[in-house]
Amino acid sequence: MKILVAVKQVAALEEDFEFRADGRDVDGDFLVMDLNEWDDYSLEEAVKIKEACGGAVEIVAVSVGPPTVDEALRKCLAKGADRAVRIWDEAMRGSDSIAVARILAAAARAEAPDLLFAGVQSSDQAVAATGIATAGFLGWPHAAVVSQFTYTPGAATAVLRRELEGGLLHELEIRTPAVLTIQLGINTPRYASLRSIKQAAAKPIELRTLADLSLNAAEVGEAGSSARVRRMYVPDKGRAELIEGSAAEQAKRLAAIIRESTGAA
Amino acid sequence: MSGVLVIAEQRRGELRPVSLELLGAAQALGGLPVAVAVLAPNPARFVPALSVPGVAEVITVELAISEFDPDTFESAVGALIRARAPAVVLMAHSVDSFGYAAALAARHGYGFATDVFKVERTGGELIATRGGYGQKVNVEVDFPGRDTVILALRANVFKPPEGTAAPVVSAFEAPAVESRSLGREYIEPPGGDDVDMSTAEFILSIGRGIGEEAKVAQFRELAQALGATLGCSRPIADAGWLPKSRQVGQSGKTASACKLYVAMGVSGAIQHLAGMKHVATIVAVNTDAEASIFSVAKYGIVGDIFEIAEELRRHF
Ligand SMILES: Cc1cc2nc3c(=O)[nH]c(=O)nc-3n(C[C@H](O)[C@H](O)[C@H](O)COP(=O)(O)OP(=O)(O)OC[C@H]3O[C@@H](n4cnc5c(N)ncnc54)[C@H](O)[C@@H]3O)c2cc1C
Repeated sequence: MKILVAVKQVAALEEDFEFRADGRDVDGDFLVMDLNEWDDYSLEEAVKIKEACGGAVEIVAVSVGPPTVDEALRKCLAKGADRAVRIWDEAMRGSDSIAVARILAAAARAEAPDLLFAGVQSSDQAVAATGIATAGFLGWPHAAVVSQFTYTPGAATAVLRRELEGGLLHELEIRTPAVLTIQLGINTPRYASLRSIKQAAAKPIELRTLADLSLNAAEVGEAGSSARVRRMYVPDKGRAELIEGSAAEQAKRLAAIIRESTGAA
Repeated sequence: MSGVLVIAEQRRGELRPVSLELLGAAQALGGLPVAVAVLAPNPARFVPALSVPGVAEVITVELAISEFDPDTFESAVGALIRARAPAVVLMAHSVDSFGYAAALAARHGYGFATDVFKVERTGGELIATRGGYGQKVNVEVDFPGRDTVILALRANVFKPPEGTAAPVVSAFEAPAVESRSLGREYIEPPGGDDVDMSTAEFILSIGRGIGEEAKVAQFRELAQALGATLGCSRPIADAGWLPKSRQVGQSGKTASACKLYVAMGVSGAIQHLAGMKHVATIVAVNTDAEASIFSVAKYGIVGDIFEIAEELRRHF
């Protein structure tokens, strides 16, 4: 049995950042990269399935991105992925969730997994679309925002709970192969041990190109995306009145605001 | 049609409030005719609530099941889009739409954007605005060459239309579909005998900024001294440091009765804001001056929560 775990290296902004000259994205020099928080949970969910059945499961972490993404994939190898696949071609630069999904779907066809996990969303762009769009391209059953998952390798169906607004859960049974987007809190992701980090550093990361996946340049990157970014800008800041001074002075003012708002003397 | 098709959202027989907000947003699209579709068993029951000014047509789509099912919705909404050829499809950015909208857009090559909080149409050109990099920037997108664009709109942003109207009502027959998942049951979130956050008037809320479980006690004690109810963001509840019933936000509780909300070490993710941004007095304490919590706060302290907490304790 095989589980494909789609992961993303997300970007956070440095405190002071600048936009690119064309104003359509932040200059890459001002980005701090890390593995997407949601993907930690989907990888752990795959590792739990593998451990529960005694190991006859292959976990493949797959990501679309340039060589810097290897760092995120090594993290996955250290936390229990058996293989790591990175897909890249310069033509893929600027891909939105839909274009990335088209690439992931091609990779899934090649790998033929029983399950494909993705995070509900990524912490940087929060589109919440990649996993389910991948299912769309594959024509596979799918469910989003999965907060509980039960599956026995080899079974024709899995049972899961979707987490709805207000924390309401909706339980359903789904046929496999399926694509599931995994929600925070579904498990407790493990930390990688020093030993496994060292071992992961020595493992190969398999590379795939456009041609390997029988895709063409027009299907990926900006050309293959479902929207075009016109511009990015810093929004007008809200109305917060900043309380200045030392911590003691700030706390004193906060105490006064609390007394005033709660009507306490 | 080339108009706007709005997909109303119902859950367990109740129209979700965001449905009317979508109709408010539809009216800002430069006078395109607006049709709203409601998919449910016995959908006619929702017609009165959807008959608001600006709606030209209510389309009822009879479904055999009342709960959301990805295959059923993808097939029915997909058929409706092909039949009506709308220029814009508006739906809620909700857990249900997470479950099918992207698949629909992917398969049919529609323009697509999610979590949109601003939408305009000038000279026939559609422009949507969403957040990027943890809501620290705004991203303006358009959809060159797309005849149909699906936009999933953020809740609690667009104003629902007021009043009533008499739109045309028509029925649309959804194609038969063999769904590959089977809904079983709903499970209520654990309420327990813990506090009811929705009735608390003063909430002291802690986020991941507290760093470790051992620090929770200090804030519990502070809340008690202040007479506040201790609440939290999702990571604190997910880690089991506080019960789930204390989590404020989209998948937790709404601070409905709250008048004063002090957020400590909470970044202000959109799903957290969903449960508290309406509160009259919000005070945010965060070391990151750019944290989005400051955009909804009335007062902000750029500083360390432990220092502020310690100093604040002296006053009570
Ligand atoms: C479908 C869905 C539903 C969700 N539902 C909810 C929900 O109901 N509620 C919810 O909260 N989240 C929810 N989330 C998760 C949400 O997206 C965020 O991940 C979460 O709100 C982040 O919590 P946080 O602000 O505590 O953590 P972070 O985003 O990590 O922020 C921690 C903050 O603490 C600050 N900080 C760190 N140290 C200090 C210090 N010493 N002093 C001062 N400040 C400090 C940092 O600057 C940072 O801003 C949901 C997500 C999804 C996809």
